[in-house]
Amino acid sequence: MKILVGVKRVVDYNVKIRVKADNTGVETANVKFSMNPFDEIAVEEAVRLKEAGKVSEIIAVSLGIAQSQDTIRTALAMGADRGILVQTDVDLQPLAVAKLLKAIIDKEAPSLVLLGKQAIDDDSNQTGQMLAALLDWPQGTFASKITVTGDGIEVIREVDGGLETVALTLPALVTTDLRLNEPRYASLPNIMKAKKKQLDVITPADLGVDVTPRLTTLKVEEPPKRKAGIKVADVAELVNRLRNEAKVIP
Amino acid sequence: MSLLVIAEVNGGALKSATLNTVAAAQAIAQTTGTDIHILVADENAGSIAAAAQAIPGIAKVLVADSAAFAHGLAEPVAALVVSLAGGYSHILAPSTTFGKNILPRVAALLDVAQISDIVKVIAPDTFVRPIYAGNALATVQSADSVKVITVRGTGFDAVPADGGSAAVETVAIPALPTKSKFVSQQLAKSERPELTAAKIIISGGRGMGSGENFHLIETVADKLGAAVGASRAAVDSGFVSNDLQVGQTGKIVAPNLYVAVGISGAIQHLAGMSGSKVIVAINKDEEAPIFQVADYGLVGDLFQVLPQLSQELDKH
Repeated sequence: MKILVGVKRVVDYNVKIRVKADNTGVETANVKFSMNPFDEIAVEEAVRLKEAGKVSEIIAVSLGIAQSQDTIRTALAMGADRGILVQTDVDLQPLAVAKLLKAIIDKEAPSLVLLGKQAIDDDSNQTGQMLAALLDWPQGTFASKITVTGDGIEVIREVDGGLETVALTLPALVTTDLRLNEPRYASLPNIMKAKKKQLDVITPADLGVDVTPRLTTLKVEEPPKRKAGIKVADVAELVNRLRNEAKVIP
Repeated sequence: MSLLVIAEVNGGALKSATLNTVAAAQAIAQTTGTDIHILVADENAGSIAAAAQAIPGIAKVLVADSAAFAHGLAEPVAALVVSLAGGYSHILAPSTTFGKNILPRVAALLDVAQISDIVKVIAPDTFVRPIYAGNALATVQSADSVKVITVRGTGFDAVPADGGSAAVETVAIPALPTKSKFVSQQLAKSERPELTAAKIIISGGRGMGSGENFHLIETVADKLGAAVGASRAAVDSGFVSNDLQVGQTGKIVAPNLYVAVGISGAIQHLAGMSGSKVIVAINKDEEAPIFQVADYGLVGDLFQVLPQLSQELDKH
């Protein structure tokens, strides 16, 4: 079967975020960008399924500015077979991304779509669920295990109280959580090979999708800062202060 | 146009996150002056409907009673919500794994944006939500006719659970998708309060050294009626299960008292607990970043401090 994975270019998770002085967003100039960590897990899972002989082809798709090609090349170096970039300078929101991915999926007809459960920039946690709805597919969100059964898949999901297992018919959509796998590092030979793999660049207009944002960001601010408090000398002082000063314990 | 809150139900009970979501709905309704309805979808939904009826300020409880909703699967619940969406200006659900699973489906089927994790209502179309793991707060305005919203519980104080007497109405159930099936669940059982509802939380990090050492934390937790949490490092080291994880990718908590033991204070952990009223850090490394957000810091070896703390609490 064919798998499609979505990969987003985001500010690297190790970068300390700074809000712009004019409150229009966060600083992205001269900042390191990487593949969204949850998407790396999606690519890794797709590659493992291919290595296990369950998958014939992996297509990595990214959406956004031209530099997103780098993110696709990373996926190709990890083991994806070819890439598609939907290139636009418009700020793509989850609904627009879901519609663009649906248009690609209508053409490519994969049996399984793997996406990260959320991107670590806007933290929306929406695109996978929206895409599944638009496709009228079943979804296995926040996956910590995927098992391919006869004509479907079983997904173990990380839910608030513990774990939940669901069975889905194929085609299906899965979003990845942290404990699904540990993504590999691409080897230098594979990085070189990835440069020769096919990467098609198209536009939202080619797919006939209106990507006009529905939400307007009015401002972006720093959260209120917590101040460091005091150091206490010992446990007796700590308990005394919690009881009599902060009054948070009986 | 009324507001619709999707109640989170689990194991035949109304989850407390629903009460925080109603509080957010009330913050919107204050401006719009419209009614709040609450949807209860479950198998044998009667007792939960009664619990929802008792929430003050609810005008109507909509009940959809079917085995198809027993496990809160996204596909059937979203189809139900979409079938009811016509009369509503806002559709809200808790920002839990339940709500996050369902509401984006609802939004996509209605062809509207979804607004995730709101922590504040500015106007009926304008909300504040954290981005970049809580390192920035964005104020966003929706241009859509229906606002589909998930509510971060720590942003809104829960409304009372009783005192109301809403009307109850049984709703028609539309044709439901059947492509997904519930197989099983493994829920962690605990006598302690749930992390997201606890007034006091004691969390352990990598410094705990092993899962067995968590009994030191549990002893203190039980003396305070506290919930037990953990950092991602402790979960990834296999000390405790993932449902205890506090942080950006785990649970977001805001108790009255948060005690971080052997936790260095990675950004991802701080994002999950920095809304707590009082933070205590216990760590042997006095340079640990956790001390920069702690109201009370104690530099010391947790293997000595925790037993002392347990004894000191007995003294009262």
